[in-house]
Amino acid sequence: MGTLGTLIRDGLSFALPLFIIAIGGIYSERSGITNLALEGLLGAGAFVGALAVVLFTNGAFGGEFYLAVLFAMLGGGVFAMIHGVLCVKFRANQVISGVVINILAAALTAFLTKQINIAHFGQNSDKFNLGTAPIFSIPGLSEIPVIGAIFKGAYVYEPLILVMAVVAWYVLYKTRFGMRLRACGENPHAVDAAGGNVSATRFIAVVISGALSGVGGICFAYYISANFSPTVFMGYGYLSIAALIFGNWRIVPTLGACLLFGFARSGGYAVAKVLEMPGAFTDLFMMLPYIVTLLLLVFFSHTNRAPRALGEIYDKGKR
Amino acid sequence: MSKGGFRRAVLKVFGGERRQSITVPIFAVLLSLVAASILLLALGKNPITAFLGMLRGCGIVPKANYAANAGMLTDFMSFLGWLAPMTFAALAVAVAFKTGLFNIGISGQMLLGGFFATVVALECTESVPAPLRLVLVLAIGIASGAAVGGLIGFLKYRFNINEVVSSIMLNYIIQYVTKFFIQMYYVDPVSRQSRYIDASWRLTVLDVQAFGVKFNIPLAVILVIPAILIVRMLLDRTKLGYEMKTVGLTRSAARYAGMNVGKNMVLSMLISGALAGLAGVSYYLGYYASIQPGVLASMGFDSIAVSLLGNSNPVGIFFSSFLITIVSKGATYMSSSASIPQEIAQVITGLILLFSACGVVMRSMLARLGEREREYQKSLAAPVESTPESTAEPPDTSAEARPTDTADMTDAKGGDR
Repeated sequence: MGTLGTLIRDGLSFALPLFIIAIGGIYSERSGITNLALEGLLGAGAFVGALAVVLFTNGAFGGEFYLAVLFAMLGGGVFAMIHGVLCVKFRANQVISGVVINILAAALTAFLTKQINIAHFGQNSDKFNLGTAPIFSIPGLSEIPVIGAIFKGAYVYEPLILVMAVVAWYVLYKTRFGMRLRACGENPHAVDAAGGNVSATRFIAVVISGALSGVGGICFAYYISANFSPTVFMGYGYLSIAALIFGNWRIVPTLGACLLFGFARSGGYAVAKVLEMPGAFTDLFMMLPYIVTLLLLVFFSHTNRAPRALGEIYDKGKR
Repeated sequence: MSKGGFRRAVLKVFGGERRQSITVPIFAVLLSLVAASILLLALGKNPITAFLGMLRGCGIVPKANYAANAGMLTDFMSFLGWLAPMTFAALAVAVAFKTGLFNIGISGQMLLGGFFATVVALECTESVPAPLRLVLVLAIGIASGAAVGGLIGFLKYRFNINEVVSSIMLNYIIQYVTKFFIQMYYVDPVSRQSRYIDASWRLTVLDVQAFGVKFNIPLAVILVIPAILIVRMLLDRTKLGYEMKTVGLTRSAARYAGMNVGKNMVLSMLISGALAGLAGVSYYLGYYASIQPGVLASMGFDSIAVSLLGNSNPVGIFFSSFLITIVSKGATYMSSSASIPQEIAQVITGLILLFSACGVVMRSMLARLGEREREYQKSLAAPVESTPESTAEPPDTSAEARPTDTADMTDAKGGDR
């Protein structure tokens, strides 16, 4: 496969997990709950998913990737409940709660991974080995020059994420629940007056964001290192927050932001490889996505508008 | 004990609103230590041994035995060397937070400050007179941190770029730029880190022999108390601090009052970045003497937690950074001496933060209790005849239990209002 093909393939494999995490963030933030916890949620989800794989399968079962995704959703969703309880019920500061979740997730997963490895497998390791994610090719389409790379040797999580994204888009913009959710982030009192339950809606939104972050987390674990280890906390949760703010809290523009990150990243690698530069120069290209983002933000940020009630604690009695 | 008695006891322990800002965090820390103890017991470890191990590792409680030339003072000085940058970094978070900004780029600002200071130390080894060296590295570190912080503030003010996004982007950029330059020009081929700087450039006096032991004196610790006092002064006693806090509380109100919101945001980020730069110098040129390329210090993120635990209050931060540093710094000794997994330290930190985050709910519960108590006192003061006789009152109530019962009735009424 040519360099351009690799560039497209790597870009997509990185952009899509980022995208699904960012969608999770959009759900939470559009409901009015600031979610800095994405980083922790993706790690917690990846941990539970990887744990399910190493506990329930011995590498013989073919569908372990889907099992991992399922449990990652579960793990992320359950862990997100802490954020939900803190922010919705206990009315804690949402930024603080997010940071707490991140620290707690990193600490707990590192601790538990080691303890489980020692107790259950008798080895002192901080990793759960996963193997690589399954890949697929579509015979006809993959023959098309350049664009064909999308359909050749792609990870199965890519179409999976796209399907999830479409469903998430439909739910958020076309259903009664989605409309309520967005209204909770703009004017929670109006939702209350119309008979909606602001607290419940926000709580559900946070749990959804955890589940979607879990999917992204387990995909990153498969894609980056083929195992679960503390390296999954690479700051990609924060990067997806950047993407969703860049995308102005809307799903389709956020996809654009994620693709930009993905292609700038793989593009940087490709250029360094083509020019046969020493390894250190790769680092200069690795900065590209972030510099490009900053520059683009300079031009496009003035229209940026956060959900109006974002980060505000909902108080029924307040006028 | 009757219900009213318990209520009074709780209110007495936690005190009024002012005292609650101290008692609630202490209570949260105690709760988290209980939770950590349960976790340790579940692992079959003695929690007391674990906590003592942390204190011993930090030189606060003596160890059973020491290596030659080492003593409690050696450990304590090393602890202070870690405490200093942690406090500066947490102050940096607090200054921004008071202005309603979230500086998540502390570790990037620390890295850039430490990097430029290290470069100067490596490039001008002998050409700068010795007394000026420390002043120079401090100035460079603070200036570069302030530049990054100021840039974030400016981007927010001028282009409406969310500070969380721009600081994350700048974190990555700084991480890669410094990695590139360290690996190209300043790398030590053996350690794969930047070359060690000369001792005369370090913010640490090495190998002091006194009281029969050898130890390093971290100089940055001298600046901890002044830094806390200056930040406190700035926030509580100056016009700038007042404006910054107003901007943080209600941006629109600040604007209506004629304050320049943009200027305050930029200045706040500038000061925050300067403190982060100071933290970077004392971290990379004080505690360590070299930089690991491409790695952001986790202290930058832990400092957010420290600041939040201290309620973004400079004095509170002093205590919270003391506490968190004991846990994180003492973990190594605890782990090696009592074979307790080292990862538990971060879990304990997480638990402390989790319970502290619940402080708001604790306070509102206390406020509700206080209101009930006042209602009760009022009902006592009022003549007995005026207390409405309830039909729901059980007929067999004894005379001495009566006041409490009436109080509970009034409670129910008070709650309904």
